[in-house]
Parts: sequence; C-alpha cells; structure tokens
Amino acid sequence: MASDYLKIEQLTCGYGQGFNLRKVSVSLEQGALAGIIGPNGSGKTTLFKGISGQLPTKSGHIHLHNTSLSHLKLKEKAKRVAVVSQFPDTADITVEDYVLMGRLPYREPFQFFEPRKDVVIARKYMRLTGVYGHRKKYLSQLSGGEQQLAAIAQALTQEPELLLMDEPTSHLDITHQVEILNLIQRLNREMNLTVLMIIHDLNLAAEYCDYLIMMKDGAIHTKGTPQEVLTYEKIEQVYDTVVVTQTNPLSGKPAIFLVSENILKEIQAKYGGIQR
Amino acid sequence: MTNKYLSWTLFTLLLVILLVAASLLSLTIGEASISLTDIPSLLQQKESMEYFILTQIRLPRIVLAFAVGGALSLAGAILQGIFRNPLVEPYTLGISGGAALGVAFVIVLGFHLTIGMFMLPLAGFAGAMTTILIVGVLGFLRGGTDINKMLLIGVMISFVASSAMMFLMSITTSENLHGIVFWIMGSLDEPNKMLIQITLYSALAGLLFSYLFARPLNALLLGQEKAAHLGINSKTTIRLLFITASLLTGICVSVAGVIGFVGLVIPHLIRLIAGSDYRFLLIGSFLGGGLFLILSDIVARTIISPNELPIGVITGIAGGILFIIVLNQSRNKKRHGI
Repeated sequence: MASDYLKIEQLTCGYGQGFNLRKVSVSLEQGALAGIIGPNGSGKTTLFKGISGQLPTKSGHIHLHNTSLSHLKLKEKAKRVAVVSQFPDTADITVEDYVLMGRLPYREPFQFFEPRKDVVIARKYMRLTGVYGHRKKYLSQLSGGEQQLAAIAQALTQEPELLLMDEPTSHLDITHQVEILNLIQRLNREMNLTVLMIIHDLNLAAEYCDYLIMMKDGAIHTKGTPQEVLTYEKIEQVYDTVVVTQTNPLSGKPAIFLVSENILKEIQAKYGGIQR
Repeated sequence: MTNKYLSWTLFTLLLVILLVAASLLSLTIGEASISLTDIPSLLQQKESMEYFILTQIRLPRIVLAFAVGGALSLAGAILQGIFRNPLVEPYTLGISGGAALGVAFVIVLGFHLTIGMFMLPLAGFAGAMTTILIVGVLGFLRGGTDINKMLLIGVMISFVASSAMMFLMSITTSENLHGIVFWIMGSLDEPNKMLIQITLYSALAGLLFSYLFARPLNALLLGQEKAAHLGINSKTTIRLLFITASLLTGICVSVAGVIGFVGLVIPHLIRLIAGSDYRFLLIGSFLGGGLFLILSDIVARTIISPNELPIGVITGIAGGILFIIVLNQSRNKKRHGI
C-alpha cells in the first residue's frame, strides 16, 4: 500500500543508557512532504539519525518499500536515501566536484573517472538548485544559503527516493528559507520525491509540510496534517509555551503567534486569561 | 572536467620529467664528478671505479630516496585525509618515536654488534609496529573508529617514547649515544640492496593499494558521517588506510631513520598547487615526495663535501621555506578570487 512507503515500527534507538526513543511508529506515503517538529531534546534528531542509519536500531524496524533499511548495504541505501545535514559541508573542493560526489554510490571500485552521464546528472541538479553558476567556486567561497543549495544538489544527484533533511533552513534569512523550502516543495511535487525533514519553525512547518510528526520526550505526541497537529492546546502541551493560533488567510494553514510575558500579564489582569 | 584530467596528466608528466632530471643530476654530482655524457660508456666498463660509484653507491641512494620520499609523502597524504587534520604527518602517530626507541634499545644493549646488520632495521620496525598496534587497538576499540583519540594516543606515545629514549641515552656510553643520534638524524646511506628493494616495492604497493580508496578519501573530506551517507564504509576505509600508511612509515623509518617533514609538506604543496582531489593527490604526493628527497639528498651530499649533512636538516629547512612561500602565494590568489 502507498501509505506504507516508509514504515517505522516500534523503533527504539539512542545513546547507550542515556536518551533513547520510546517505541516510535510512523508511516509515510510515497510522495509525502513530512516534517518532524518538537522542542529541543524531544528526540527529533534521534529519530532522524535512526532513519538515516547514523544510530543503530536497538529494536523495531524501518522499512522502505518493504525492504528493511538496516539490512541494506551502505551503497544500496545511498542510492535510495539521501541526507542533507544541518551544517553545510565545507571543504576545499569546487561545487561541481562536491555535487558529483552524489554519484559515488553508483561507482564501481576501480572506476577512476566519472562517466559522462554522471556529469550530466550533476549539472542538471546544479541548474535546478541554482548553483550552476557557482560550479567552479570553492565550497568555502559560497554563502550559507548557497552551501545549503549545493548540499541539496548533491543529495539530488544521488537520485534518491527519500530525502532526509535536518533543519535545512535553520540559519538562513527569510529569502533563503523560502527559496529552499519552495525548491523542496517543487521537487516533492514534480519528482514524487518523498521528503522527511526536521524543522524548528512551526509556521514554516505548517505552511510547507503536508504531514507533521510532533515529538515529546522521545515519543510521538501527535501526528497528522498541520491543521490536526498545530492546535494551540497541543503546542502548549508539548512546548510548554503560550501561543495563539490563527489561519493563514491565503493558504488556510495554521499560523502560530508567540505572546510576550508583559502582554500575557496585561491580559491576565484585564480579562483573567486568554479568551480562546 | 576534461580540463581537470588534462592538467593532472600534464602535472604528472612534469613530475616524472623532473624526477628523471633530478636522478641524472644526482648520478653526476658527488665527490667524484661524472659527466652525463660519459655515463653510457662508463656503464660498459664494469671494472672501472666510476662504474662502481654509479651502480653501487649513487643509484641505490637515488632509488632509496625516491622510495622513502614517495612512501612518506603518500603516508602523509593518506593520514591527513583520514584524520581530516592538516597537521598530521606520518610521525605524529608516534611511529617514528616507537621506531627510534626500538633502535636505541638495541644499541644500548649492544645487540647490533652481535646479531648483524639487519638488527637495527628490524628493531626499528618492531618499535614502529608496537606503536601502531597500540594506537590501532585503542582507536578501533568497540567497533568504532575514534580518530581524535587515535591521534592523541599517537602524540602521547611519541612523548613517552622520546622520554624513554632520553633515559636510555643518559645511561649509556658516549659511543652508543653517537650511534643513536646518528640513526635518529636519518640517512639514505643504506648498503643493503635487499632493504632498498623491500622499501621500493612496498612503496609502490602502497601507492597501488591506496588508489583503490581515492574516491572514499575524497568523500572523507566531508567527514565520516557524510561519507556514510554517500555509501562509503568509512570505518573499513579508515582502518585499511591507517594500516597501509603505518606500514609504509614503519618501513621507511627502519631503513632510513627519521627523515622529517616530507610527509607533512609535500602533500600540502601538491594540494595547494593541484587541489585536494585524491585521484591526483596520491600520485602527485608520491612523485613529489620522491623528487623532493632526491633533490634534498643532492644538497646534503654536496654542500659540505666531502662530508655529508644529515638529510633531515635539508628536508626541514628547504621544505619549510618552500612551503611558506607557496602557502603565501596561493592564499593571496584565493583571496583575490583568481
């Protein structure tokens, strides 16, 4: 079934005796654009690392299209799952060489030069992400947003089915945030690429994701559409912070407002509490 | 893309030409100066003194310089790649310290006089291997590859070894002391043909083997995690390459003593000139290291002729100055976006 494309069952993984996930189960449809949200320390990154394979699975299963991810060889996995990490890669290599590394999973051990086809694929995704003009520059000469775009280009060059992203927009200005998320949305729609990303900004999560997984204390608190998940009650439970939610007049998605302590006190004094 | 391959090919050719030129120069220069044009005819006169000098003294030295320079520089390039640290060189991991301690031990106990000429290289190799074993076992514990831990353990072993050596030097006779110091300073004066052959073949084997990992090394530039996401088994890669580089270093140190700086400076020079792509960096470092050591040996043999300077003096001074010059120029270039 389509809804079992990425199927995580009773997953526990974590750091020795320290923080561990508590039997997380979640399924994604093929072509979903899903977000993992939750406060710091809620297990977002642990879940992410469990799926990407950085943390070994302690119990439970992760299936991608009925194949167990933990049984896939690294190379086979890299052809199907690409990961964009939170901090952009920096090394003294050109953008083109960097993006071309996305073809590594497809190389034979003795293949020394990259085939013409790989260069064509890499250039295609550099054009798509808009870093083609920078291809001769060194990674370290790019801005943070451009580095992130280059990282996405590299991930796409792997031609994966599933793209995992760890806070792709966390240290970018709104121009680049929107640029990158629009790109991800377009890739998701046009290439039927399944995307799962950790995202801190609840408003961006609401606007772009069509499925949200809200974590609290190493377990899933709520999962569903942004409308289902991002209600003020649930956000206040999970984040322990007072918020007001409304609907974005254009998109119809939830929009979340924070309230300062001063205002809260005024309202408390005037009305005895927030009138919902 | 084709541009890149073209420049790599040209650069390789240039290095080979320079290597041949340096080797010829090294054949002609020395206490007995031999003209280049005379060499073919001299090689026919098997009874002559010049024939003996060319084939028994100068040629073996050139071969050894090429092998040791190439191997050390290759080991440096590999280690800088797997440790993702530009300051790592073959000797950082305590390999030279361990080897020197092994040699000092044998000299102090006087074994080298009784057991024979292979004793010192063997002792050096045993010392180097012991260090590698300790660093490797501790670093690879529990299925992990903790490269920072390995690095620190290596540095600590260096300190322990050098202290232990100072202890040995302080209690021994001045004759032994001289032997130890002489060995530590490094020399390409190796009379045994078999040791030279072993060094050359292992250096070439190391080069071939490391080439299997040229692409994984490129991916490791981005870190172990990223490499894993690109389908590279970074643990296996790091372990195999660590062992390769360590063996190469161990062999070089036991045959030629501690010749510093080649493994640090040459890979950096090649990287500054031709970029960090390991597909070229490995061969470039190998050829460049061999070239550098042949040239250094010429200087060491001739500068205070008829005496000979320890080659480590030349590699340190020349390498350091050359490196600063190139670094300065390439940084300027980068800053101006050329």
